[in-house]
Amino acid sequence: MCDQTFLAIVFGPCDRCSREKPLRPVYIKSEQLSYCSICVEMMATEGLHENETLASLKNEAESLKGKLEEERAKLHDVELHQVAERVEALGQFVMKTRRTLKGHGNKVLCMDWCKDKRRIVSSSQDGKVIVWDSFTTNKEHAVTMPCTWVMACAYAPSGCAIACGGLDNKCSVYPLTFDKNENMAAKKKSVAMHTNYLSACSFTNSDMQILTASGDGTCALWDVESGQLLQSFHGHGADVLCLDLAPSETGNTFVSGGCDKKAMVWDMRSGQCIQSFETHDSDINSVRYYPSGDAFASGSDDATCRLYDLRADREVAIYSKESIIFGASSVDFSLSGRLLFAGYNDYTINVWDVLKGSRVSILFGHENRVSTLRVSPDGTAFCSGSWDHTLRIWA
Amino acid sequence: MAVSASLAHGIHILECLRGASQGTGTLQALSLGHPPLARVSSALSHLPDSVSVPMKYGISEEEALHLGNLLVKHGYIYPLKDPRSLVLRADESPYRFQTPYFWTSTKWPATELDYGTYDPGRDTAQRRRPQDNYNLLHKRINHTWDFVVMQAREAAKQRRKGDRIVIDCQEQAYWLVNRPPVRTGLCVAPGGDGAGCTALAGRVMGRDECPGAGPWAKASPCRYLKFNEQYVPHDPIMSGCLPSNPWITDDTTVATPTKLRVERWAFGFSELLTDPLGRAQLLDFLKKEFSAENLSFWEACEGLRYGEQSRIVPIPRQFLAPGATRWVNIDSKTMERTLEGIKTPHRYVMDDAQMHIYMLMKKDSYPRFLKSEHCHSLNTAKKKLHRELGRKKDLLC
Repeated sequence: MCDQTFLAIVFGPCDRCSREKPLRPVYIKSEQLSYCSICVEMMATEGLHENETLASLKNEAESLKGKLEEERAKLHDVELHQVAERVEALGQFVMKTRRTLKGHGNKVLCMDWCKDKRRIVSSSQDGKVIVWDSFTTNKEHAVTMPCTWVMACAYAPSGCAIACGGLDNKCSVYPLTFDKNENMAAKKKSVAMHTNYLSACSFTNSDMQILTASGDGTCALWDVESGQLLQSFHGHGADVLCLDLAPSETGNTFVSGGCDKKAMVWDMRSGQCIQSFETHDSDINSVRYYPSGDAFASGSDDATCRLYDLRADREVAIYSKESIIFGASSVDFSLSGRLLFAGYNDYTINVWDVLKGSRVSILFGHENRVSTLRVSPDGTAFCSGSWDHTLRIWA
Repeated sequence: MAVSASLAHGIHILECLRGASQGTGTLQALSLGHPPLARVSSALSHLPDSVSVPMKYGISEEEALHLGNLLVKHGYIYPLKDPRSLVLRADESPYRFQTPYFWTSTKWPATELDYGTYDPGRDTAQRRRPQDNYNLLHKRINHTWDFVVMQAREAAKQRRKGDRIVIDCQEQAYWLVNRPPVRTGLCVAPGGDGAGCTALAGRVMGRDECPGAGPWAKASPCRYLKFNEQYVPHDPIMSGCLPSNPWITDDTTVATPTKLRVERWAFGFSELLTDPLGRAQLLDFLKKEFSAENLSFWEACEGLRYGEQSRIVPIPRQFLAPGATRWVNIDSKTMERTLEGIKTPHRYVMDDAQMHIYMLMKKDSYPRFLKSEHCHSLNTAKKKLHRELGRKKDLLC
């Protein structure tokens, strides 16, 4: 009944050997070609010179990485937590669940706040996308997507539309109407087309552009009106799981994290990767920019959250504890950047002191893993969604 | 030629040139726009016979440029027009000799001590709080504090304005060589292989505008502390919010624009623009100053960047054409480039002009707005709450 599509297999003439075979996309010098599987193997070994084997090249790559880390360390001055010693410690933190949003029939996978600081859009595994007025806990709109596992949803900056996508490999935009009789699904607009599941999406500064991340290892920038691909970003070696846009007014960059343990910073205009960080031990589930825009935090399946500084080009803090062994699925900063809220797969939310690197508080309440977490635009509260079918607002 | 040998030659040349230029008093004369290349090669060919220096006079232009470049990179000559870029340009831009006190050949270690008496914040528009810098410095060089204070006193002595400017330029050039900003590819490794360091330091760090990212870019942790201090009072979870957190008390009455909100506009130009109320206030202010077209132009360019292509059509007619009603003040080079670009329009064709106008507003209108806006808000705020600030108001307005 649902039109789920998985990896689309294209059949046609290979760009290299011209035989009719199933094709795979291959990128040579940023140009996309389609090769058959035999030619892919040939091409991979073609680049080797004499006396070079794959093993020796791998070793060379590892040693170069080591040298890069050494050089990075030379430019390093002093540790963040050392400097933070002169900042006062935070007192006891009391945060409670102030609202519980019930209505999803299955695991809540993603949520986003509206700029009006009270509306929320959330999506779940059963294909339902619901827009709530979280203050009154009323549901304002509900859409049923034709696919299950809607892993990404986003609110438009104007508050007039939402975008969502998942296993259907597409990102669809629904304009929000206030006419109760009108069927929202009728006005749906398909914007993005990927070759694998959609893992994250976000509007840029306006309603007209969407940035998406997908399981096919790429991110892409789309024009909503025409559905045209404006820019694509290749570089991740595996599924891209998350992305976040830089907060600056003149900002043109975004960061993405993937299953290849890398977090990469991209320039939206040129499509180039500007910086990349590879210190996590496992998939990066969530990335979020620090409010000033010159650092970002990442949460990963290796049970740690890390803070990366863009100007110093290195990791500056690790937030981990021996008692935490489950992966972090979602992270967000408080408005001042002093607190980092992280939702974990052990059903808890840990609140970290960003500067000192210590845990301030641990919040219990969810009955299954926390899958998504966002701080409200005015910083007064944050919302967490979980596999226990509910969303909670904490303040 | 090995670097050290060429430097030795360079030092000889410099001493000859300085000797030939009638002494240190006319350093300013040397800096008057004569092409440095011509100067170097002509000086080389007119060296006084009394100077018996074992070297060839006839050197090719290419080599002269390379040698000159090395001299600039190592801090013997410094450019006047673009002080942060230590390269020798083969054009009319003026250069000045560095005083021998600061020559790299003296091999004085550029220590924290010396850096302590030099205040890098002096020449940047954004002033950090002097107390923080002071405290940090005190902590780091506590053991030689008396010496530092003595040196600082010496440096702060009143000198003639001309001399002070020259000394400032010299100091700045010296610290640019010895504490190069992390982001640039200027890293001259003291002795040894400079190539590795330059290649890595030259990595593209992204197109963010970062004012005053000089030597302090290395001290990145301090930036976090500063940001933290500035923003924590505005963080509702950390410091509460007025009148109360709506999620806790179920009270949705929104407080009228508080002093806190107005304070936040002073943190940075982007804060002012992102707050709709702030943007409206800025527009009112600009209207009074007859420069409202700047903000309108910026908004139109933003619309083009994020919206449909057709939005570009009204922009040249309204803002860029010579007799336009809302003509924006852009320099001729940028205007030329933009008009060229409009012939093949795309989403980012207005970027240069937009950035120019953004910087213009940020550096010019924004500071004036802050000074005047404070007056304005103080007038409307409750007198008993702002009695203390009222005293400041009398001074400002």
